[in-house]
Amino acid sequence: MNALTLAILTPLVTAVLCLFSLRSLTLQRFFGVAGMAVLLGVALRLMAEVGDGTIEVVRFGNWPAPFGIVLVADLLAGIMVLVSAIIGLAVAIYSIADVDARRVRFGYYAFLHFMMFGVCGAFLTGDIFNLFVWFEVMLISSFVLMSLGGEKPQMEGAVKYVTLNLISSSFFLAACGILYGQTGTLNMADLALTAREMRPELLTMTAMLFLVAFGLKAAIFPLFFWLPASYHTPPVAVSAIFAGLLTKVGVYALVRVFTLIFTEDVLFTHGLLLVLAGFTMVTGVLGAMVQFDFRRLLSFHIISQIGYMVLGLALFTPLAIAGTVFYLFHHIVVKANLFLISGITARYGGSFDLKKLGGFYAATPLLALLFFIPAMSLGGIPPLSGFFAKFAVVKAGLAGDTMFGGWATVLAVVALAVGLLTLFSMTKIWAEVFWKPAPEGHAPHPGNVPPAERFLLLAPVAALAALTLAIGFFPQYFFDFAARSAEQLLQPEIYINAVLGGTN
Amino acid sequence: MNSVILATVSRLLTGVLLVFSVFLLLRGHNLPGGGFSGGLVAASAFVLFAFANGFPAARSMLFFTPHVIIGCGLVVAIVAGLAGNLAGLPFLTGLWDKTPLPVIGKLGTPLLFDLGVYFAVLGVTTLIVFSLGEDGEEEE
Repeated sequence: MNALTLAILTPLVTAVLCLFSLRSLTLQRFFGVAGMAVLLGVALRLMAEVGDGTIEVVRFGNWPAPFGIVLVADLLAGIMVLVSAIIGLAVAIYSIADVDARRVRFGYYAFLHFMMFGVCGAFLTGDIFNLFVWFEVMLISSFVLMSLGGEKPQMEGAVKYVTLNLISSSFFLAACGILYGQTGTLNMADLALTAREMRPELLTMTAMLFLVAFGLKAAIFPLFFWLPASYHTPPVAVSAIFAGLLTKVGVYALVRVFTLIFTEDVLFTHGLLLVLAGFTMVTGVLGAMVQFDFRRLLSFHIISQIGYMVLGLALFTPLAIAGTVFYLFHHIVVKANLFLISGITARYGGSFDLKKLGGFYAATPLLALLFFIPAMSLGGIPPLSGFFAKFAVVKAGLAGDTMFGGWATVLAVVALAVGLLTLFSMTKIWAEVFWKPAPEGHAPHPGNVPPAERFLLLAPVAALAALTLAIGFFPQYFFDFAARSAEQLLQPEIYINAVLGGTN
Repeated sequence: MNSVILATVSRLLTGVLLVFSVFLLLRGHNLPGGGFSGGLVAASAFVLFAFANGFPAARSMLFFTPHVIIGCGLVVAIVAGLAGNLAGLPFLTGLWDKTPLPVIGKLGTPLLFDLGVYFAVLGVTTLIVFSLGEDGEEEE
């Protein structure tokens, strides 16, 4: 069986195994972690298969291409599946110490894997309606993870999260319907061909519907408000995987449709993306400045970082798209890691409120170091991964070969300013949590957490920090993948030929 | 709810509904019906039984917990999909037996897949209704 099919089946089978072992905490945790480890192996194999630029296509049900549903793994999809598997494994290990027995008995691990099933499916599908279905699989599982446990603030966050995502889904569905009515096909490669013959204003209108649908999921300006209202409420492990992965699935979908299908009226569609990217970066980082809740602050930074990714997509040059891809995998690792760390400081210090935390540098220098790496990477300090991600996007903006002329330069400057403010936010956390002496009665007590649990909490954080360092020290190796994936994305013919196989 | 009429009728109707759900499952390949609607009808049989005779009775009639039924349904569906892989074809490829049987029609992996959907839907629906119903009973 090929790695593509396995990448989808592994999380599903793991979820079923977890369902069968609901009563045994040990078994569920074992399956939860082992399933992610197997998925990581499968993702590595998939990456080995598509890493040289081949596009792998599987026709599920053996129906020929434009009629049946195809699953397609190109370089971007391969990278995304690999990063998801890494984060999944880290979170599954962290969850052993973080997610309480009641939630596990209720099926936490099963739903975690159902969500990974949806995420992997969304990355790998080559059919726009099938993408909608994968989104739903992912969202319904995430609704359960969000509300599992039923604490009051959690339910409040879940209501906002569910409502906004349902609205986004209805936009998505309407857009699929309109596109199908116009072109008579749902296969993305076939759509890329037929969309060129659609009336341009209708195509642009459909593009706007998709922009709203995916924009809501990716949390771009002005559709982001559900994110900081909900991501700080569930257990830390859940908010870490949400923060790392879910919005990025939205960005992935934006990248996919705006490089493959909606490439006719680029000046308008990508120009709009450019403006939105600017506002997303600025509002996100400004929102973060006034926050004093660890996870809410990080949530606002997700939004501002999404702006960078959209900026790369909007600039639409090979370097810019490569920057977006690089940003995607850098950011998933870093952001999930920061959320995991916020959970550890809360366990030691008993709070998510920055004002009630303090003295961590003296109490646990190791944790301080582990925080320092992803935080400075997010702020874009060389030689960490974030620097190279920002560098690529900003350089693409300043290069002058975009279709937006001076506006690209303006946005590049905005991106630099936002990077500075991000650094300010990270130093704020550093100063409040790590440097400041512990406030009266709120001294951190690492001893409160049993050593075995401490290891389970710290090991994934350390591994992700090491990955951040690796990306930072060997950027050439990782950027090469991003650059080749951008090359693939900007030549849709490769994708179209791989899927339709010269049948037209 | 303690209604003699409902309790008596439910014992008759439950069986009829279950048979009807199997009928829907089998005719579903080319006609309206299939695993999803069949599973819903089967679930409604258990829900009706639960309303008439209480949730513990319905649970014992279901025999397995809803979670296990969902799991089994998914396993059956996955196996039906993997049959295609065993034959060297892509996942989910339908394999058919050439000779049609009386009443059931042609046998094939899509029927097996539908059977998986049937149990998954039955499990999910009974899980939802039982949890909601039992929550209400605890409060009373």
